[in-house]
Amino acid sequence: MTARIGVVTFPGSLDDRDTQRAIRLAGAEPVALWHKDKDLHQVDAVVLPGGFSYGDYLRAGAISRFSPVMGTVIEQAKAGLPVLGICNGFQVLTEAHLLPGAMLGNDHLHFICRDQKLRVENADTAWTADYRAGQEIHIPLKNMDGRYVADEYTLDQLEAEGRVAFRYVDFNPNGSQRDIAGITNEAGNVVGLMPHPEHAVEPLIGTGRTDGLPFFTSILKKLVGA
Amino acid sequence: MSRTPLDTVEHAAATPDVELPWAELGLKKDEYERVVEILGRRPTGAELAMYSVMWSEHCSYKSSKVHLRQFGEKAPRSDALLVGIGENAGVVDVGQGYAVTFKVESHNHPSYVEPYQGAATGVGGIVRDIIAMGARPVAVVDPLRFGAADHPDTKRVLPGVVAGIGGYGNCLGLPNIGGEVVFDACYQGNPLVNAGAIGVMRHEDIHLAKASGAGNQVILYGARTGGDGIGGASILASETFDDAKPSKRPAVQVGDPFQEKLLIECTLEAFREKLVVGIQDLGAAGLSCATSELASNGSGGMTVTLDDVPLRDSTLSPEEILMSESQERMCAVVEPAKVDRFLEICEKWDVIATVIGEVTDGDRLEIFWHGEKIVDVDPRTVAHDGPVYERPYARPSWQDELQADDANKLPRPATAAELKDQVLKLVGSPNQASKKWITSQYDHFVQGNTVLAQPEDSGMIRVDEATGLGVAIATDGNGRYAKLDPYTGAQLALAEAYRNVATTGAKPLAVSDCLNFGSPEDPAVMWQFAEAVRGLADGCLQLGTPVTGGNVSLYNQTGEAAIHPTPVVAVLGVIDDVARRTPVAFQEEGQLLYLLGDTREEFGGSAWSQVVHDHLGGLPPKVDLERERLLAEILISASRDGMIDSAHDLSDGGLIQAVVESALLGGRGARLVVPDGLDAFTFLLSESAGRAIVAVPRSEEVRFNDMCGARGLPVTRIGVVDGASVEIQGEFELSLTELRDAHEGTIEALLA
Repeated sequence: MTARIGVVTFPGSLDDRDTQRAIRLAGAEPVALWHKDKDLHQVDAVVLPGGFSYGDYLRAGAISRFSPVMGTVIEQAKAGLPVLGICNGFQVLTEAHLLPGAMLGNDHLHFICRDQKLRVENADTAWTADYRAGQEIHIPLKNMDGRYVADEYTLDQLEAEGRVAFRYVDFNPNGSQRDIAGITNEAGNVVGLMPHPEHAVEPLIGTGRTDGLPFFTSILKKLVGA
Repeated sequence: MSRTPLDTVEHAAATPDVELPWAELGLKKDEYERVVEILGRRPTGAELAMYSVMWSEHCSYKSSKVHLRQFGEKAPRSDALLVGIGENAGVVDVGQGYAVTFKVESHNHPSYVEPYQGAATGVGGIVRDIIAMGARPVAVVDPLRFGAADHPDTKRVLPGVVAGIGGYGNCLGLPNIGGEVVFDACYQGNPLVNAGAIGVMRHEDIHLAKASGAGNQVILYGARTGGDGIGGASILASETFDDAKPSKRPAVQVGDPFQEKLLIECTLEAFREKLVVGIQDLGAAGLSCATSELASNGSGGMTVTLDDVPLRDSTLSPEEILMSESQERMCAVVEPAKVDRFLEICEKWDVIATVIGEVTDGDRLEIFWHGEKIVDVDPRTVAHDGPVYERPYARPSWQDELQADDANKLPRPATAAELKDQVLKLVGSPNQASKKWITSQYDHFVQGNTVLAQPEDSGMIRVDEATGLGVAIATDGNGRYAKLDPYTGAQLALAEAYRNVATTGAKPLAVSDCLNFGSPEDPAVMWQFAEAVRGLADGCLQLGTPVTGGNVSLYNQTGEAAIHPTPVVAVLGVIDDVARRTPVAFQEEGQLLYLLGDTREEFGGSAWSQVVHDHLGGLPPKVDLERERLLAEILISASRDGMIDSAHDLSDGGLIQAVVESALLGGRGARLVVPDGLDAFTFLLSESAGRAIVAVPRSEEVRFNDMCGARGLPVTRIGVVDGASVEIQGEFELSLTELRDAHEGTIEALLA
């Protein structure tokens, strides 16, 4: 038995097929989910992939958050369904209030694409258990609106509760507060980050590293109890 | 244009003496008279609109056609070519049932007027050409040329162009894997923004732009039609810029990449369900082009009801609707029984789709507005029978003087310290410096198939996950070489792109080109053009790589000053297994460095002559295409058999530029020895063609040398990968830190 992991396609999603590939490479079964369909088709976890859903018009993630599929995702995430938001998916999760804070335009005002060094701060979530806390990894980053912001109270709370999941190391690529690259909810089932683990799963492709694969093996192990 | 009274076909026939604004629409008097002759009456306003855009230089190739025929006449026999020149893009067989389509186009003029939108819609247009062939777009490349890097206007144009390419391509989910950025004062008022794209499909999925089968429905889908880009092709891209004329900003289109992304997915889904008989994208000349080309390539005629075109602006006149270049629109021909399913798929993707016409068994293209016929033409006369000019051309009087001004006689560095300074200056000069600040604004990773991206010698994309089949693409051009000798310059561009593809381990298969020149009305420019086309056609024949399509951009000229003749050549290659690709970066300390090919004293048009002496004169490097072919074979064999771990082609900036790039990318230095028979200056800075450096693991040394010896390729051991500096023994040493500071900070300091 393997796990069924859904990947939502919004209009303008770009990394949906890549994420399905990463799930497959990790040994799980990817299931394509469509934004207009409220039914999650009995998946065991959901990934909201990167891209420019609705062209990032109005605000990144702001329109997708109201799509039919998100109604079900929000409801089930609150009941414990593991959800990972990558880049645009992270933006959707903050717009949907499954994660606190918001994303602003990069402080240098340019799109940035680079191989980014990160530190795994929390290796206890559903999506990070195959890392060690403190482990440094390289994951491709590519975005226009990647500057994580929240009020000081929220930031302090995230830090205190160990909910900063990833931090940028050596170079903060977008002006994110406290170098935050990704966060988790209190329960650890909902994780969002700006870098793209699905682009670091094969030795030949992209940056040539496989540092992103543990995201998908973590969830698989959790779901099948391997 | 006035809407009352409606200028119907009937009205036009009855009012032969009405004066039409043909000159304002860019037609010459004799061209207008030919339209009248073809129709046997004066055209209606709508017909005039169609003829004027379709007969523009940009759409009709009227000045270049007589020369471009050589690409067909001299085409090498190639089993790889599935679709050749004349369709939206050429299609090449890459094996295992896969076909690849690729093309390069220019969006030069709009990008100068409005850099962001001009460049963005350039990406949009080329991508629609790829979709129209039936392929999924898998990558884009952008060869760019700007004025001097320190000119204030470059700071207006370049950041806008780069943001536009990124803004559009990133949002479409297409990795940007290659291209060039070149600075030269000759491009000051005429930046060259060329855009290339590659698409992949199965052989059976190839689609063509033709409307056949009477009764089949013509469906316009995508964005609504607005007033943007009216006359983009005829007025903007087909004339010289001139201060005295009014602003051309309204002639530039505005892009919506989100709409285009939906268009891609929805079109591919319709292809998958085999719903499409013929398809054409709407680019330059909009509906005029799509309807006349679909009809004239098909078996019969077509009727179109213009009232049914969804509009952004309800006040548009029929002439404006026909001329509008609103982006993100396509036109499909669908059998009646499949129309409902086609519309359903469009609805799924929130794409507006409307039946606007029908294929008929006649031979006329008839367009109706409010129930009255406003166009009644033979579509071939609009799409294919445009004027053809035998423009006069003549070798310019200054060419001899330019070639006599020999760069090999320029003062050379007298001491090792001076050579070191010049090398440092060179690797930090805008043309030789790292373009990371630019390319980091493009997504390289999306789609998860990028094997190599810039600054590698060619971009490489995996096509099949199971077998590792991949394709590589490189684009190259050197306007300085072409200015010195356009025939040789075009062949050098071809040779470099060909070499770049082979350097990464891929076998070159086919060529696309983007030919950027000044005004065809200047005989000197026309000579440059004729020579470049002749050189490229001869070169492609010799290398066995057919030209599959491309684009000509003329009138890149401000006043009397034309740009350097700039043929940009794209070469597409195939690699059986991307795991065997060869990167630029030095991989391992201790590996041996070899120089392949012959080094001569060749400094004409070189980066050194530009950076150190601000000089352009003499002759460009010699071209030996048989040598290029041999070099390519060696590089491909060495990659396939695991004999080399890195390789880098030598071109502008010479050997030292290549070594510095490989060292910085690999984070490993090199110790080099000047070979016998060469002086250090020539060794490091000459730009002789047909060369590459390779890093060979010690275990492969004998096998590699034997292979080169057996095939007759000159090979010289020049050093070893080692340390944290680049050292030329007995001459100088530069630490990687010094080199990195010089090489990587330049562009950002000038343009950020």
